[in-house]
Amino acid sequence: MQIDLRTVAIQPQRNAFDHLVRRFGDKPASRYQEGSYDIQAAENLHYRPTWDPEQQLYDAGITRIVMRDWYALKDPRQFYYSTYTVTRARQQDTTEANFAFVESRGLADRLAPELREAVLRLLVPLRHAAWGANQNNTFVCGYGFGTAFTQPCMYHAMDNLGIAQYLSRLGLMLGDVDALDAGKAAWLDGPAWQPLRRYVEDCMVVRDPFELFVAQNAALDGLLYPLVYERIVDGELSARGASAVAMLTQFMAEWFDETRKWMDAVLKTAAAESDHNREVLQGWMAHWSDRAAAALVPVVELVLGADADEAVAAQITAFKARIHKTGIPF
Amino acid sequence: MSTVFIALQANEETRPIIDAIEIDNPQAIVNRQPAMVKIDAPGRLVVRRETIEEQLGRSYDLQELQINLITLSGNVDEDEDTLTLSWNE
Repeated sequence: MQIDLRTVAIQPQRNAFDHLVRRFGDKPASRYQEGSYDIQAAENLHYRPTWDPEQQLYDAGITRIVMRDWYALKDPRQFYYSTYTVTRARQQDTTEANFAFVESRGLADRLAPELREAVLRLLVPLRHAAWGANQNNTFVCGYGFGTAFTQPCMYHAMDNLGIAQYLSRLGLMLGDVDALDAGKAAWLDGPAWQPLRRYVEDCMVVRDPFELFVAQNAALDGLLYPLVYERIVDGELSARGASAVAMLTQFMAEWFDETRKWMDAVLKTAAAESDHNREVLQGWMAHWSDRAAAALVPVVELVLGADADEAVAAQITAFKARIHKTGIPF
Repeated sequence: MSTVFIALQANEETRPIIDAIEIDNPQAIVNRQPAMVKIDAPGRLVVRRETIEEQLGRSYDLQELQINLITLSGNVDEDEDTLTLSWNE
C-alpha cells in the first residue's frame, strides 16, 4: 500500500475580527491588535457614576487632550499581556542573577562606608516615589480612554511597583531593615525630600489623566531616571567604586530606555493630532518639568553636592531636546 | 528574471518580520501557507534590521531570524544591518 502525503491549505473563513479588518485591512491580525484595539467600553453606558454624575463611566472628555481616535496612541513595544510578562520575566532573571552575584561575592560588604551611606541616602527613599508613580499610573489607566493608551499604563504601574521592590531589596542588602526605616523617615521628614514628595503627592490629586501622564511619566521620570541612575549611580558612584550598586539598578536604567520610546510615541501622536493638543501639552510640559527640576535639585545634592545644579541643568537641556523631537517645543 | 524567496514559520515572532519585508520590498509576493509564509521576489529581496525594529518596537539582532527561518533561495549577502538575497545575472 502506498500513502501519498498531501498538504491541503484550508482557507479560513475570516482573516480577523471585523473591527480589525476595518482598521488594518483584510489580513491576519497580530495578538497585540486583537488584545488592544476597540476593547474600550464606549457605548451603552446607561448610567452616570454616582460618584461623579458630570462624567460618563468611561469618558474621553475627562482630559483636555482631544483625539479623534484614541487608539492612535499605540505602544511601539506592542505590549499585551503575554509579551509584557515574557519580557519582564527575562529581565527579572537577569536582576536575580545580579543580586545573587553581588551577594555571593560579598561585594556589598566591600563598599566603603561613606559610599554605602551615600547609596542608601539616595536610593532607599526613592522607593516611596516609585510607589507614587505606581498609584499615578493606575489612575491614568483607570480614567484614561482607549485600551492602546491605558493598557501600557497598567504595565507601567506594575513596573514601578517592581522598581520599588528592587530598591527595598537593595536597602535590605546594604543596610538591613534599619535602612528602610531611615529611608521612610527621610521621605517623610528629611528636608531634601520634601519638594519631591510634594510633587508626587500633588500628582495624586491631578484629575486629568493625560496631564498626570505628562507630569509623572514624562516630566518627573524623564529627569529623575537619567539623573539618578545614569548620572549618579552609573557615573559618579561607579567611578568612586560602587559599580556593584550599578549592577543592582541595571533594570531601572534599561527600563527607562525602553519606556521612553513608548512615552515619546504617545506624546508625538497626541501633539501631531491638533494645535489645541500641542498647546495644552506645551503648557503642561513647561509647568511640570520646571517643578520636577526644582524638586530634584536637593535630591541630587545628597550625592553630588555643589555639582547638583550643573547636573540638573544639563539634564533639562537633554530633556528639552528629547521632547522637542516629539513636536512639543517648550 | 529569476525569483528569490525566503520562507519563515508563521507565528507571532515572524509577523513583524514579514511586515518589514513587505515594506522594504514592494515587489515581493507574500504567500501565506499553513504554518509557513513564503515570500517570493523577482531578482532581489532585502531584509533590513532597522525596519524590523520599527515594526517590533525593540532592538533586533538579524541572527534571530534563523530561529524561524525554514529555507531560502538566492545568493546570501548578510551583515549586521541587512540580509540580501539575489541572483547574479
